[in-house]
Formats: sequence, structure tokens, C-alpha cells
Amino acid sequence: MVKSSERQLVFSFLALAFTTPYPLLKKGGELALSSNFKQILMPPSFFNQGFQRKRPSNHKLPPGQYETKDFPVLSAGPTPRIALEKWSFSLEGLVEETKKWSWQEFNALLQQEFNPDIHCVTQWSKFDTKWRGVSLDTLLEHVQLKPEASYVMATSYGGYTTNLPLADLREGKAFIGLTYDGQPLTPEHGGPARLVVPHLYFWKSAKWITSLRFMAEDEPGFWERAGYSMYGDPWKAQRYADDDE
Amino acid sequence: MSKLDWQRATVTAIRPETPRVKTFTLRLPQWTPHLPGQHYTLRLTAPDGYQAERSYSIASPPEQTGEIELTVEAVDDGEVSGYLFEGVGVGDQLEVRGPIGGYFVWRGMPDARPLLLLAGGSGVVPLMAMLRHRQRAKLRNPTVLLFSIRTPEEAIYQEELKSMAAADDTFTLLLDYTRQAPAGWTGYHRRIDKALLAEVMGQFAASPECYVCGPTGLVENAATALLELGLPAQDIKTERFGPTGG
Repeated sequence: MVKSSERQLVFSFLALAFTTPYPLLKKGGELALSSNFKQILMPPSFFNQGFQRKRPSNHKLPPGQYETKDFPVLSAGPTPRIALEKWSFSLEGLVEETKKWSWQEFNALLQQEFNPDIHCVTQWSKFDTKWRGVSLDTLLEHVQLKPEASYVMATSYGGYTTNLPLADLREGKAFIGLTYDGQPLTPEHGGPARLVVPHLYFWKSAKWITSLRFMAEDEPGFWERAGYSMYGDPWKAQRYADDDE
Repeated sequence: MSKLDWQRATVTAIRPETPRVKTFTLRLPQWTPHLPGQHYTLRLTAPDGYQAERSYSIASPPEQTGEIELTVEAVDDGEVSGYLFEGVGVGDQLEVRGPIGGYFVWRGMPDARPLLLLAGGSGVVPLMAMLRHRQRAKLRNPTVLLFSIRTPEEAIYQEELKSMAAADDTFTLLLDYTRQAPAGWTGYHRRIDKALLAEVMGQFAASPECYVCGPTGLVENAATALLELGLPAQDIKTERFGPTGG
């Protein structure tokens, strides 16, 4: 096969001649160039000869992600099994009064449908997922937050934790999922109830959720202590602490 | 350069492990020692700028300096694995960054506890890094690898594992063929279940640390059974992959 380095030389020469980085060229596709010429100019400074996208997607994928139709399972240890009669969910920390719900009480709250695209840090994205659950906006109506509350630690059965800014849970951005695809959420996917924050990488969507603790300062959770991003924006590819701004 | 910057590795060897699995040896301009169990992310870039990334466990031990080995299973219609299998040769360059992962890792210190490794299929890869490190560091902690595969031709690293077991009486290799066993096979020949794990646990005088890696179904069953057998949850570390891993 043709080695990529040979092709690369040609392209870097052309790129130098125009001193315009590739992404700019792509955005400015209207540059007055013959189509052949444009094609030659397009390649990035490094590319893998012969590699191309296999599955074109109609949805927008964040950088580095690919679409899957499956629902992969990822978790760090054994899956906790929680008996519904023992299940509880609470809002605690910087609130005037802790609020705690039993399974029955929680299910009596207003439920809504959610159809988000979700993005896992392990590079898969899944479009139009079908959930039913309780919006965080609904839950937050039941507590008075102290003024200094700015961050949240989500805590799960089994000891998993993950941190989020409070603002990322408000205004329809997050919910507690109770059903998936019309069925009660299975334990592997975080059942009986899981936090879902679809605009952040999916590790922020804590499975087996049992509480949200409001905090004044940001603190790292389980994966965040292990070197993952404190925020986890898929559109900025904030996978690891190194990727944070 | 930070250790998580992208770097351009050179493929120095490609070794077929099974009909569907190959090991790629990559020489890294900026090699940093990894912990057994960690992975690298590999990024492919198309001439039109499209990029795809996948994470692959490191198979080599940290004692193998300057390079890493990534063992890759061909996924049906896999965008990245398909290209690695068909489009990449020795001398080609691949962009990678790592090592990554701080949880599914085994430090393998001289005082290491007994170790139970459970693998399904290519889930053996990160466990192989642990075993290779253990061998190079001459550790003698009692160790068992229970390796579940469907058929004999799926046994990655089989020869190396067998000679490792033959040379070390503190390491036991247990193969489990779930679909088709070789002729004359007298070992395990069923899906991993609680009774099987109880037998394996019986080999340990002290409670082992446990690492489970494989397809979701196997990991779910094995981790749940280990809990039921009394292993504390914090001693069971899991890593799962599904058919979308590649």
C-alpha cells in the first residue's frame, strides 16, 4: 500500500503554502478553488491512508464518538440489587431541610418523557433514547437551597459518586430515569432509578442513585478522583482531567 | 508534553493471536510506564478529517519499555478494528494517547494479595498485562486465571499462558470452553456460574482480589456470584465490553 508519509509530505507542503489550518479551510468551503484542488487541500496534517467513515450518521456526533444502536453497560464493580421497599432518594447537604422519598412517594411525583441523545466517554453515542422519569426541576421544588449551594455530589447504592455543577441539573437538563424503552429500568442500566444528565458524558448520569448532596465547592467523585474530567462536556471532548480548560 | 497528549506511534510488529484477534506492537516517542489494566485510546483520521477513537487495553507489562502492545479483536463491521486489521502494516503510524484508567488496575507490589482473574474472550487482554508484570516482577502471590472462551480457537495467548503456568506453581490457568471443547477435555465446559466459582475460590487460602473482564453477561453473572460467595464488593473490580467495542 502507499505509505501515508509520502502523501503527507505533499499535503504539508500545500498546507504550508496557504498557512491555513485544515479546520478553517473546511469551514470556508467557499474558497475560490477548483473542486479538485480543494480535495487535495482538505486533508489534515496527519491522517491514516485509506481510513474512512463507515457509518454516516444523520445526528450530530461529538468529537471522537461513534453511534451505537445497542446500550452498552459499563460500571466499575458488581451491580447492586436494591429492594424497592428499602429504596429511598434524598436531597441533602446545603438545603434548609433534607427531603427524602420512598419508592412509592417518588413514583407519585410528576413524571415526564425524555428522548435525549447520550454520549459515553468510552466513545459510543446513542440517539433518541426513550426514558420516563422525574425532572430535577420537579424535585428541586421540594427543597429550599442554601444560597451557597453551587455544586452537587450524586451518590449511588454501591458507593459510586459523581460531581456536577448545580446549574447543569436545572431547566430541563436532568432527570431521574425510572423506565427505559417502556420497561422499568434494569439493574445493569442503573435501575431502579438513575440520574440522567444527557448533555454531559454518561458517567455523570449516576446509576442506582440514592441521593444528591448540595455543596458550596466542587469536589471530585469516583471517576473524577481517578483522573477523569471534573465536568465532562462531550462537545469539548473533556474525557480526562487533562482535557479540562 | 503531558502524558495525555496525542502521539504518533510506529507499528513495529503485528502478530495474529487467533483468526479474529491481532496484537499490534507500537513504538512510542513518549513512552510512560503504565499500570497493568490501563488502556490507550487510538485515533484514526480520514483524509477528509473525520476521526474515530477507540480504547484498547494494554497487553504488555510496564517492564517492556518504549513500546506498548495492544491486542485488538475484529468486531463485525468495526470501523476502527476493520481498518487496523486490513489497512495497517509494519512501519505505519497510528495516533494514540495514554496510559488511561485509574480503577481497573493492579499495581502488583511485592506484598500483593492473592489474585483471581476472570476473563471472557478478549477480556483477557488487561489481565494478561497483570500476569506478564507478575512474571517479570517475580511475584509469588497465589494467582488463578479463569479464562472463559467459546471454542479452542478463541484462546488468545494460549501457549504463553500454558508455559507461564508450567513454570510457576503459584499460578494456575483454568480454561473454560463454553461451546466446544478440544478432544479429550476434562476441565470446565460450561458458562461460569456460582458453583464453578465456589470451586475456584476453594483454591485460595486467603480471600483474593478479583478482576473480571469480558462481555457484560459474563461480568454481571460472575460479579454477582462472587458477592454471593462472600467476597467484599470493593475486592471485585470489573471492566465490561459489548459488541460495540470496536
